[in-house]
Amino acid sequence: MSMNVPPPEPSSAAATVEVAAEEAAFEELGEEVDAGAAPIDMRAERRQARRERRKLLLRRPGFLVGALILLIWIVCAIGGERITPYSPFDPEFPPFRPPNTTNWFGTDQLGRDVLSRVMAGARDVLIAAPIAAVISVVAGTLLGLLMGYYRGWVDETLSRIVEALLSIPVFVMGILIVTSLGLSRITLIGTVAVLFTPIVTRTVRAAVIAEAQLDYVVSAKLRGESGLFVMTQEILPNVSGPIIVELTVRVGYAVFTIATLSFLGFGLQRPSPDWGLQVADTYEFIQSGYWWPAIFPALAIASLVFATTLVADSIEAVLAA
Amino acid sequence: MSDTVAPATYALAVEDLHLAYNVRGIPRDVLRGVTFHVRSGEAYGLVGESGCGKSTTAYAALRYLPSNAVITGGRILVAGADVTHMSERELRRLRAREASMVYQDPGSALNPSLKIGRQVTEAFTILGHDRREALDRAVEALRRVRIADPARVMQRYPHQLSGGMQQRVVIAMALASDPKLLVLDEPTTGLDATVEAEVLDLVRALSREMDAAILLIAHNLGVIRSMCDRVGVMYAGKLVEEGNAVEVFEEPKHPYTIGLLQCLPRHAIRKTERALFTIPGTLPQIGADLPTCVFVDRCQLADETCRSVPPPEVTVGDGHFTLCHHVERLGEIVEPATETAVDMLGGRIVMKLNDVSKTFHQRGHDIPALVAIDLELSDGETLGLVGESGSGKTTLAKTMLGIYEPDAGSEISLDDQPLPGKASARGVDAMRAMQMVFQNPDSALNRTWSVRRILRRSVHKLTGVKGEAAEDRINALAAALRLSPRHLDMRPRQLSGGLKQRVAIARAFAGDPRIVVCDEPTSALDVSVQAAILNLLSDLQTTESTSYLFISHDLGVVRYLADRIVVMYLGRVQEVGTTEQIFDGPHHPYTEALLSAVPSVDGEPSRRIRLSGEIPSPAPPPAGCVFHTRCHRFMKGTCDVVDPPVVELEVGHRIRCHLPVAELGRTHVAE
Repeated sequence: MSMNVPPPEPSSAAATVEVAAEEAAFEELGEEVDAGAAPIDMRAERRQARRERRKLLLRRPGFLVGALILLIWIVCAIGGERITPYSPFDPEFPPFRPPNTTNWFGTDQLGRDVLSRVMAGARDVLIAAPIAAVISVVAGTLLGLLMGYYRGWVDETLSRIVEALLSIPVFVMGILIVTSLGLSRITLIGTVAVLFTPIVTRTVRAAVIAEAQLDYVVSAKLRGESGLFVMTQEILPNVSGPIIVELTVRVGYAVFTIATLSFLGFGLQRPSPDWGLQVADTYEFIQSGYWWPAIFPALAIASLVFATTLVADSIEAVLAA
Repeated sequence: MSDTVAPATYALAVEDLHLAYNVRGIPRDVLRGVTFHVRSGEAYGLVGESGCGKSTTAYAALRYLPSNAVITGGRILVAGADVTHMSERELRRLRAREASMVYQDPGSALNPSLKIGRQVTEAFTILGHDRREALDRAVEALRRVRIADPARVMQRYPHQLSGGMQQRVVIAMALASDPKLLVLDEPTTGLDATVEAEVLDLVRALSREMDAAILLIAHNLGVIRSMCDRVGVMYAGKLVEEGNAVEVFEEPKHPYTIGLLQCLPRHAIRKTERALFTIPGTLPQIGADLPTCVFVDRCQLADETCRSVPPPEVTVGDGHFTLCHHVERLGEIVEPATETAVDMLGGRIVMKLNDVSKTFHQRGHDIPALVAIDLELSDGETLGLVGESGSGKTTLAKTMLGIYEPDAGSEISLDDQPLPGKASARGVDAMRAMQMVFQNPDSALNRTWSVRRILRRSVHKLTGVKGEAAEDRINALAAALRLSPRHLDMRPRQLSGGLKQRVAIARAFAGDPRIVVCDEPTSALDVSVQAAILNLLSDLQTTESTSYLFISHDLGVVRYLADRIVVMYLGRVQEVGTTEQIFDGPHHPYTEALLSAVPSVDGEPSRRIRLSGEIPSPAPPPAGCVFHTRCHRFMKGTCDVVDPPVVELEVGHRIRCHLPVAELGRTHVAE
């Protein structure tokens, strides 16, 4: 099953090497700007750097492909039933029609148009995945800041909780939450957010620990700043890079996890055109030769995860520059 | 360039090398025609400010260049083979067999997860030796770099070795192939003076044994002088002077070389005698269109000829040339006027440390980092703090500031008022009274904040001033540190190292502090920038009558700036006295060793004492005198048994040693 293969962790080592070299030259440029000498307008320089960054992003084919795929799914999600060729819910055709000119993706076991269902299915996941990702990143950032800045018993206690959460398998957590809170879109989002928070926490904590050892934090303490100030005003802006990257990466994983939960029956319920649910309802027909009702939603999941990963990779590479 | 000797006979020949970095698609020139030759068995040094292209030149010799670097002209021959046109395969062969490189940070040059033995052995298996033979050779190689117990070292991981030991291992690996060329890029920059001296001794001895050509990059001119036969002075991607090392340093013939050397606090000058020389202006940016003479904008002698006619290559001695129109007018370069700073001895006592100890607890072990420190700091005084890393200098500073809480029983008082141990318990006034300038300005300034915000926050928190008044204060601070208003809206990364450090100093002075702790504030800076910062610190002290606790490993700098000096070893004060007392002696044996370890631009000290080994673990410290394990005056039965008494030799000059006063050494650092 394609869904059990997680999207690759964002690694762009090869891409960043080149950028790093450019960076080295930049640094050497910067070094010479000294008192009253270089007549360079620094604001313009900074604007220029931002423009460069945008251009750098748009010049990456990975980003363009990812953005294009994302855009298609966003259009589907917004358009919903208004732009699907047929109703995603009503059986308007004979069941199991293979792909043809009327039903490009064929029809499913009930005679519904698979293309329409795949298009309509984008909406739920495109609402749920970003919300879940944002919640987990916000919570993870908060926890990571506290643990990384205070260390000591705060870190010890929270670390144990985070580790405990990390050790629970995805579907066990799904069962736990769904059976205790009941099925709904909100519990689905909550489940994913709870699952992801520890992972984000770990990333942010590591980044914060590295920052907290720098001398500007000592300097802040020497002028009597509160812990809250140091965390939010001094450290947070300096760890925003990894947090942004984490957010984009988490959206991709959320798509994937939501599909998994739906597939297992802990997500959205029938007759929702959710992709995971569609695959769950139709994968057993593949053996009988009716592959299209299962494969197309599976491909939809894969394409969305792929697209967010491409975008996340590109953003990470450009931020590293 | 002479055509009489074929370049192929040199171990390294760099000929009219032009190199550019592509930045945003535009090639920017970094090297603009560099030519020099290094013979086998010769050590050649490159000096110049950062950004002058010396590292680029060194890396180009092995073609270790970033992907946006383009060699736009000239050629590089290593043992006769043209490096500029080699394929990747040939380059790999070159780097494996003909040429080696030693980097600044030995810690990152070694793989942290492999044992030393495996890494050194690998250097030999690559050359085609079988495992047994490679192993034998590895042992031999480690012995060659004077590692006494190779078998034991080979069983260790890099982090279990000290910096000096790591650098030896790296050098052993670099020498595995018996290279014809050895490039050393700041090989001792991260090391203590005592360790540096050992590593330099080693490289010097090895170069005699091996007949390889050495290309050495170092910002420390003393290192270059003590190591190199010939030296090239680089400026803006050009070699402006080249010649015999002693000759260039004794009789520099280019205004830039003269400037560089005058920036250093040399010949035992003190701040009370004169301000340090600085080179006005800055290095031109890479890629900038350069005038005919690259140095013209910063040169005191510049005239119309310099702007219109490229300077000739003037031969001023045997193999000594300079690129200057006005060799005969070099004497006109003026030194800065006699100044001003007042000796601040015997003022009112601002801070007093009484029996201050600090013990760290780590995995059930007690690590005494400071032991019973007594110290006084007077109004407007600079107290220099010296010692190897691990001697407790920074711990002392941070304990004083309240970043670390001292052990119970320690007493720290400010203006005779006892202070709580922790900074957060001290209240605004005490906090405001003590600030710190850090070693690394990159780490000390929040890179997402503008300079203005950095200063405003400190002004606000420390003085309570807001709004217009705060802005006025910020502008006044900026003016005092010679930061232009333009700089206030920049972020730290847009500033050069020197400017960043000035921002950090401005921040420390935001609340009119009584005491500023300076933790190696100039060690990351170029000499010309260092001179400017030291002058500024000295000026600020004169106007504000601030006291400095000045930590530095550069004894020349300490001698220039400090009124009194404290020598620390293993968390204990070994010697304290006025600057004259410390430098003129009689010395504690440890001070004596420190003084003789420093490589100087003015030549080597007459007598050299080498400390063997590293600073021992403080948990538990050696019995008796903590220094006895490395002391060259060690007396068995006394030093390793009895804790030495503190003897007052003169008023204010105290030494912790068993030796009778008459037997204490007196080293004369070259004047």
